[in-house]
Amino acid sequence: MGMGQKAGSPQYFNEMYDGAAVRPPYQGLEAWARDMPVDLRTLKQGEAEALFRRIGITFAVYGEGGDPDRLIPFDMFPRVFAADEWRKLDRGVKQRARALNAFLADVYGRGEIIRAGRVPAHLVYRNEAYEKAVVGIKPPKGVYSHIVGIDLVRTGPGEFFVLEDNCRTPSGVSYMLENREIMMRMFPQLFRENRIAPVETYPALLRRTLSSVAPAKCDTPPRVVILTPGHYNSAYYEHSFLADMMGVELVEAQDLFVEGDFVWMRTTEGPQRVDVIYRRIDDAFIDPLCFRPDSMLGVPGLMNVYRSGGVALASAPGAGVADDKAIYTFVPEMIRFYLGEEPVLQNVPTWQCARPDDCAHVIANLADLVVKEVHGSGGYGMLVGPRSTKEQIAAFADKIREKPWNYIAQPTLALSTCPTFVEEGVAPRHVDLRPYCLVGEEVQLVPGGLTRVALTEGSLVVNSSQGGGVKDTWVLAE
Amino acid sequence: MRLTVSHETTYRFDPPMRGVVQSLRMTPSVCENQQVLAWAVAAEGAERGAGFRDGAGDWVETITHIGPVDALSVSVTGEVETIDTGGVLKGHRERMPPAAYLEPTRATAPDRALETLARDTVAGIDVGDVLARAHALCDGIEAAIRYTPGQTEHGTTAAEALALGHGVCQDHAHAMIACASVLDIPARYVTGYLFASEEAGGHEASHAWAELFVPDLGWVGFDASNGVCPDGRYIRIGSGADAQEAAPIRGIAQGAGTEALEARVQVDRAAQSQSQSQA
Repeated sequence: MGMGQKAGSPQYFNEMYDGAAVRPPYQGLEAWARDMPVDLRTLKQGEAEALFRRIGITFAVYGEGGDPDRLIPFDMFPRVFAADEWRKLDRGVKQRARALNAFLADVYGRGEIIRAGRVPAHLVYRNEAYEKAVVGIKPPKGVYSHIVGIDLVRTGPGEFFVLEDNCRTPSGVSYMLENREIMMRMFPQLFRENRIAPVETYPALLRRTLSSVAPAKCDTPPRVVILTPGHYNSAYYEHSFLADMMGVELVEAQDLFVEGDFVWMRTTEGPQRVDVIYRRIDDAFIDPLCFRPDSMLGVPGLMNVYRSGGVALASAPGAGVADDKAIYTFVPEMIRFYLGEEPVLQNVPTWQCARPDDCAHVIANLADLVVKEVHGSGGYGMLVGPRSTKEQIAAFADKIREKPWNYIAQPTLALSTCPTFVEEGVAPRHVDLRPYCLVGEEVQLVPGGLTRVALTEGSLVVNSSQGGGVKDTWVLAE
Repeated sequence: MRLTVSHETTYRFDPPMRGVVQSLRMTPSVCENQQVLAWAVAAEGAERGAGFRDGAGDWVETITHIGPVDALSVSVTGEVETIDTGGVLKGHRERMPPAAYLEPTRATAPDRALETLARDTVAGIDVGDVLARAHALCDGIEAAIRYTPGQTEHGTTAAEALALGHGVCQDHAHAMIACASVLDIPARYVTGYLFASEEAGGHEASHAWAELFVPDLGWVGFDASNGVCPDGRYIRIGSGADAQEAAPIRGIAQGAGTEALEARVQVDRAAQSQSQSQA
C-alpha cells in the first residue's frame, strides 16, 4: 500500500511526498514503514502505550483541559526535518525569543517601543498579564522569559508560520524527551541508520540556563529548584520528570520560606538557600503578599526577595504580556525595532475584531477563517470556518458582535501533513511543532521539539483535548 | 512645616502563629514635597530582609518572624520637613508608566452610579482640562460620600461606599480612582500621614488620598475627605492601585490563631523652639 498518496487534497504540503517521490529527509523511513508487518506494528504500538503508562506520562498539554489521566496517543511515524530546514527554524526561533525578551525588558523599563508609537500603550499597560510589581526591576542577565515555546506550522517547503508564542511556562517538553526515548527503545536500528541530532541534552542545557541567571548575590554554585503547584496539577508529571532529569529538587510552596534577604528550602539538614526557582505556578498564585492574598500555592515574601535581587524566577512574573494574542501581531515589529533584523519566521495574518474594519471583514468571511478568543487556549471557544455549518457560523457571528474585542481571526492555514499510522495503514495527518528555546547567558535550542498531530482525518486541530496525538521529531545531522 | 510622627502597630496572635511575613511600605517618599530629617522603622525580634525601591518609587522592606509568634510590633518614628506644592508631586523618581494605573481593581471598579457621578461632575469641563476635571471630581465625591467613620470597613468597595453615601478617606480615594478611570485619567491610591489636630476634624493621622495624572504637571494629589490638595500638613509614604496594593503593612501569618490589631498614630508639629534654634 502506498503511503501518503492519499494525501487528500494537494493544497496541503505533504512533508514526506513530493508527488510520487519521497522527499530526502524521509528516505530513511520509507522502507521501514513499508516493510513493517501489521502485527509487528500493532505489537509496537501496544508496547509504546504500555511504556507511556508505566512512566505515567498522561497529562494534557497545559491549559488544554481534558481528562488529566487520559493518555495522549503516541504515533510512531517520526516527523523529520532536514538539516537546512532546521537551520532556518533555529535562526527564526532564537530571533523571536531574543525579541520577546527585549520587549519585556523594555515594557518593564523605559517603554521605548511604545514611545516610538510602534506598539499601542493600552495593549501593554492595560493588559491583564502586565505586572506593575516588575516595573523597574532588572532580573539577572536581563532575562524575563527563560523558556520560550514557539508554536509553528508549515505550509510549504520553505514556508513556516508562527501561530503563537509561549513566554510563561510552556509545557510539553517532557513529551519531546519521552517520545525520543521510546522510539530509541523500540526501533534502535532507525537510530543507527539515520543521523538524528540528539535532544537528550535538553535537561542539562535547561539546568545550565537556569544556573546562568542566578542573582549576583549568589556566591556559591547556584541551587536551582522547580516549584510545582502539586500533584493535582495536570503537568505534575513534567515537573517531577524535569527535576529528576536535571538533578534538582522538586518543591511545593510549603517547602520554601522567606527569611532575611533570601528564600530557603526546608531540608533534613536544615534550611538551604535557593537561588533560582523554575516556577510552574501562575503569576497570581506565587506570592500572597504581592498578588492574590488567598493563594495557598505561593511563598509569602517571594516577590520582595526577587525584587531586591535575592532570588531569580523563571519566568519573571508578568512575562505573559509578551505572548498575548493581541501583542502577537507586533512581534515582527519587535524584531525590527530591537534587533534591527527582518523576521525569519512569518506571523499568520491576523484580524483584530476590536477594530471595526477588521471585524466587518471577519464577519463577512467567517466561512474561510479561524476565529479565536484573545485569551483562550486549547482549541476551546474557537471557530474553524471551513469545518463549520451555516448555523454554527451564524451563532459565532453573534458572539463576535457582542464582544468584538474578545476575538481575533486568521486565515485557515493549510497545515502540512506527515504520514501517520492509522487504522487502515499509513495516511497523512496535519501536524504543528513547538520547539523550546532556552534563554539565559546564551540563547539555545535543542534540535527538535514537540510535534502534535491531528489524528482525525481532515482535522486541522492538533490540541490533545481535541483528538490530537504526538510524534517524535527528528532533525537530521548535517 | 516640620512634623513629627510616631506610629506603632501591634499584632497579637492567639494561639501563637508559626510564622509571620510582612512587607512594609512605611518610609516617606523621596521628593521635593518633603525632606526627611529622621526616620526609623523598627520591628523588634524580626529578621529584616534587603529593602528595595519599587517601580513606583516606594521603599519596601520585608520582615520575617519564625514562630511561635504571639505578638509583633512595628514602630515608626520620624521627623519630616514639608512644603506646600499645591498637591503636585515634585521631583519624585519613579519608573511606573501612568497608563499602568488605568485598569480598575475590585475595590475601584466603577459601577453605573460611579460612572454617572464621574460624567455628571465634569459635564461642561473641557476633556483636555484634566486638572479642572480632577478638582471637580474631588468636590463631587466629597459631596456624594460624607466623611463618616464607622460606616464602612476595610473591604468596602468604591461602589459600595457611594451607595452608602458615607465613608472614610479610603473610600474617598477609591471613589476618586474609580471616577478617574471612567474618564481615562490614570489614578492611584496614596498612603501617608496628616497633621490635623489644629482642626476639629478628628480624621485619623494615618491618612490616604488619591493622585491623578495631569499632563504637564504629573501626579497631583486630591484628598476628597478634606476637599483639598495635599499641602504642608501631609507626609507622603507610598502608592498602589488601591488600598490593598498600597498598604503600609501587608502581612501573612501562618497558623490557626486569631489576630488582634492595635494601632496608635501621633502626628505633631515639631516643637517651635526646635525650628527657632535652627533659624
